[in-house]
Amino acid sequence: MSGGHSTYTPKTGIERWIDARMPLPRLVYDSFVAFPVPRNLNYAYTFGGILAIMLVVQIITGVVLVMHYASDTSLAFVSVEKIMRDVNWGWLLRYMHANGASFFFIAVYLHIFRGLYYGSYKAPRELLWILGCIIYLLMMATGFMGYVLPWGQMSGWGATVITGFFTAIPLVGTWLQQLLLGGFSVDNPTLTHFFSLHYLLPFVIAGVVVLHVWALHVVGQTNPTGIEIKSKTDTLPFTPYATVKDAFGMIVFLAVFAYFIFYIPNYLGHPDNYTQFNSLKTPAHIVPEWYFLPFYAILRAITFNIGPIDSKLGGVLAMFGAIAVLFFVPWLDTSKVRSAVYRPWYKLFFWIFGINAVFLGWLGSKPAEGWYIPAMQASTLYYFAFFLVIMPLLGLFETPKQLPNSITEAVLAKNKGAHAHPAGATAAPETKG
Amino acid sequence: MSATDHSDVTRRDFLYVATGTAAVVGTAAAAWPFIDQMRPDASTLAQSSIEVEVGSLQAGSSLVVKWRGKPVFVRNRTPEEIKAAQDTPMADLKDPIARNGNLPSDAPATDVDRSAGKDKENWIVMVGVCTHLGCVPLGQQGDFGGWFCPCHGSHYDTAGRIRKGPAPMNLEVPVYSFISDTKIRIG
Ligand code: HEM
Ligand code: FES
Repeated sequence: MSGGHSTYTPKTGIERWIDARMPLPRLVYDSFVAFPVPRNLNYAYTFGGILAIMLVVQIITGVVLVMHYASDTSLAFVSVEKIMRDVNWGWLLRYMHANGASFFFIAVYLHIFRGLYYGSYKAPRELLWILGCIIYLLMMATGFMGYVLPWGQMSGWGATVITGFFTAIPLVGTWLQQLLLGGFSVDNPTLTHFFSLHYLLPFVIAGVVVLHVWALHVVGQTNPTGIEIKSKTDTLPFTPYATVKDAFGMIVFLAVFAYFIFYIPNYLGHPDNYTQFNSLKTPAHIVPEWYFLPFYAILRAITFNIGPIDSKLGGVLAMFGAIAVLFFVPWLDTSKVRSAVYRPWYKLFFWIFGINAVFLGWLGSKPAEGWYIPAMQASTLYYFAFFLVIMPLLGLFETPKQLPNSITEAVLAKNKGAHAHPAGATAAPETKG
Repeated sequence: MSATDHSDVTRRDFLYVATGTAAVVGTAAAAWPFIDQMRPDASTLAQSSIEVEVGSLQAGSSLVVKWRGKPVFVRNRTPEEIKAAQDTPMADLKDPIARNGNLPSDAPATDVDRSAGKDKENWIVMVGVCTHLGCVPLGQQGDFGGWFCPCHGSHYDTAGRIRKGPAPMNLEVPVYSFISDTKIRIG
């Protein structure tokens, strides 16, 4: 794309013939072979590639699951059981798909945290960041609707509660809820709606991913120093350097993924979902999938009315607000320095934010009673304060550390450090046994 | 000369605006069926009423029937339950409105207005859908001995009125009537 001038030179006649008609090989070469990446990228930068792989995994396993799945309330649960017991390799395909969704979210959360740490959202990458937020929203919608398909108790009651959010919206809320449900409660039309959309949305995600990568290739990648690329020595070609690093990251990630599939396939699921949906009986303790738990805690933290907003609408607004605030991060952060590496205070608040987010997730899995409620409220407060108070103010008050002049300088300084201590990195190869 | 120019421009403007309007209205009209098809269909809307035999319900027992895809609780309340609800001061209620489909929409949430009415105070019929986010509350549980919603902890009293927790409204009382001493019709 526009990462400088194209360096592609078609070698054979057929390549020249294609290049003159539809230069797709040129596009691929410029985007994934010659594309210059900062030479100091670390493993936090491999999650983009991992996310791409996970989307492909979900689409391929999904398409084959559809060959055996029936989207009818009388058949859905049984058809999933049939996939598990009768269909050749069905257990593997379903476990890949169910755990794949979880691993997709693990990767996206790490990817988002990488962005927050290194200030990847700052100009000129605002649109890139917003496209990422849109992908994340679409993933949540897809994950939620997919979870309804096996038609277990958690499927049905999760769908009831989540579509219930809409009833909190004044005037149009109930109309919207009935539009989603196709009726007055979760029933066959709900299942067919969700099945259709669950098939559609991953392809919409794929489309937005193309835009995301396009935007990335216009502005280039950030790097741990947060300094823009200034000269050719700051970069390396994407292939082989980033390709191999990404591939190594993927292998490690997929190895953990495989461990879950083969050894603890139901660890991230909920046993109640192996009981068929009963619209007259709610399970004693309903929880959403783990990747929604922090937001579930925020929803339930609002137990009080705020002026004219009752607690129900307040909870729903807080929950959607927690996601919406991400879209505004490029403008909430007022610091001139991009990377947390050079921002001592931001670094501290960032890590507290990370721990707080995990704690919110844990609280989300607990019932709304006792000390959990004030804890949810305190955690929710920090979540919003981080974005709305800390980010804007820190930029004004924090004194950042001295920035290196260029990526090259930062890399050389680091290597010099290693030379000064021969027992360190450079000596490691000889000491390996 | 300039006059002809002018009329040319306005004519073109008119065509632009007219074409644009037709395109927008046309697109909206074409989109509507694609949205509206998702809404409850004719068979779902043909909300038949159901008849329920309640003669076998002793005081202190309930049954759950399915109506329009939702659970409906029918309970023959004990005298203690009725008394507890009657003795509750109106000021303690989070939602002071009866939410009874058989009464005017501003009827107060007194115990008698929540029940089947004078001389039938022992009967209470309610849609068993928590007014928070739609779970089915559990009977004879919670801080007020009425219903308790396990999803996010809403407590309803013995008249199905919200007393504690995130739910904003009392449990809805559907349109129903006694068609004989032992039979009710819901809907
Ligand atoms: C963004 C990508 C996707 C995500 C995050 C996702 C997520 C999920 C989740 C969480 C489930 C429930 C798994 C369970 O607990 O059993 C599910 C089920 C299902 N999904 Fe997907 N999915 C994705 C893509 C697709 C695609 C592209 C298709 C079809 C072409 C598909 C077809 C299905 C089917 C048929 C089921 C029901 C069978 C089952 O429950 O295992 N999915 N999906
Ligand atoms: S659905 Fe009943 S308390 Fe939330």
